[in-house]
Amino acid sequence: MYEIRIHSRGGQGGVTAARLLAIAAFRDGKYATACPFYGAERRGAPVVSYVRIDDRPIRVYSQIRNPDLVVVLDPSVMEVVDVLHGLKSGGKVLINGTNTEKIHGAPAYAVDLTGIALAEKLVIAGSPILNTPVLGALAKMGIISVDSAKKAIREMFTDERNVRAAEAAYQELVL
Amino acid sequence: MLTVATGNKAVAAAVKEVRPEVIAAYPITPQTEIVEQIAEYVTSGEMAGRYIPVESEHSAMAACIGASITGARTFTATSSHGLLYMHEMVNWAAGARLPIVMANVNRAIGPGWNVWAEHTDAFQERDTGWLQVYVSTVQEAYDTTLMAFRIAEHNDVLLPVMVNLDGFLLSHSMQSLETLKPGDFIPPLRLPHAIDVTNPAGYGTLTGPDDHFRFRWEIEQSMRRSVPVIAETERDFAERFGRRYGVAEEYRYEDADVVVISMGTLGKEAEVAVDLLRGEGVKAGSLRIRWLRPFPELDLSGREIVVIDRDYSFGFGGILAHSLMAKSRIEPYSVIAGLGGQEVTFDDIAGFVRNRQPGSESWFGVKGNV
Repeated sequence: MYEIRIHSRGGQGGVTAARLLAIAAFRDGKYATACPFYGAERRGAPVVSYVRIDDRPIRVYSQIRNPDLVVVLDPSVMEVVDVLHGLKSGGKVLINGTNTEKIHGAPAYAVDLTGIALAEKLVIAGSPILNTPVLGALAKMGIISVDSAKKAIREMFTDERNVRAAEAAYQELVL
Repeated sequence: MLTVATGNKAVAAAVKEVRPEVIAAYPITPQTEIVEQIAEYVTSGEMAGRYIPVESEHSAMAACIGASITGARTFTATSSHGLLYMHEMVNWAAGARLPIVMANVNRAIGPGWNVWAEHTDAFQERDTGWLQVYVSTVQEAYDTTLMAFRIAEHNDVLLPVMVNLDGFLLSHSMQSLETLKPGDFIPPLRLPHAIDVTNPAGYGTLTGPDDHFRFRWEIEQSMRRSVPVIAETERDFAERFGRRYGVAEEYRYEDADVVVISMGTLGKEAEVAVDLLRGEGVKAGSLRIRWLRPFPELDLSGREIVVIDRDYSFGFGGILAHSLMAKSRIEPYSVIAGLGGQEVTFDDIAGFVRNRQPGSESWFGVKGNV
């Protein structure tokens, strides 16, 4: 079982990112669950959501304690949350940004999802949309296939800019 | 069709296939997604029913009662305080023998204000004459909602059915879902006592002790007759669509010396705990109770039992544990856990089994608990 924890802030689309990722994994022929953890948080507060991917049906509903991958959609949460907490040895980190300077002790990859969203003018209520471009980065990392990433995005959104943003993230992420 | 959905969306998708004529509902966290989705189906024309956005849950059930007594198929959904607010009408629906189907997304009752999973909301309605079933996966939420209509509307039953799913844990979790076309699996509703303008009759008139007693006895008989109806519905569903759940779902149960009994999503987490314990040489098994009403007859003799209650009755204990003690004559280790969305992992459940004390009760996570 591959376990992913996504850190974001309320309103940034972390829950939708988890759901898109689960759909993409499912389209790859895997079992997947997206279990967002709903706290009392509201817009702007740090939030986490979870995705599990496996070849067998998934029976676990509790929160992920030892993720294989941590995704940080909003690097500012790192000032208040230890995003590496419980990360499996050998586990990886993907952050939205231009560098991985703030991540120590784990292999980390950075991609400027905010820049990609702004370039495509993917903005809702003043916030750049990060949950569709991140799928491109996750495809580059081999978590899901590119085809399934696009399928998942098109199942949830009709605006093709979302797919283009995912393609851009795929191109820009350097492993 | 294979797709992915949350527990809430799965319930709504099942309701769409059954095509109720009237849906009356009031939104409440974490159920809102169900009635939002149904409202969207009605608005878009995917569903032909009449959607009544009422001003309260009491009115939601009252509207379903009014529609149902004309012979219309009805559905509503609620949670926690919403369910308790409609309590009077919940009783009325069963007493009037109306096959209403309701989804209840299990959520704790305040104060303090809490929106997370707990079964005490539905357990407080357990004596109303409703059949109650608890599900553990998105697929099971879908399949069980379909079956609920057929069971409720069966002329041997004619009682309302409440489908329960854990707040957020299941209502907002996304998993794979196979939708289906029920076809004649769900026959048209023929309510024998539906209002008929050509044959006027009194409804809900003053009823003396003899008739009142007889009506109550008839509900009890129907509740007993629902047992074979549930079994037959499950059998037919399995034949047509390939999935079977049972009154209680067994996992590595046959040769188990110690059995974890739980409900809802905890029952799936318990299966992982069982695998863990088996790896340690403990012959553990799991039994996930699905139907709370009618309460299952279970032969649990010769096994040690650990019961997890995501509910309580103050001054009494875990309601499931005590129900099993009375009905199956067991001395379980009773654990109260998961209240208000308290995190309970498979590791925790394995710990309940390792540290079990038959005949005693423990409140999980409370220091110095008794």
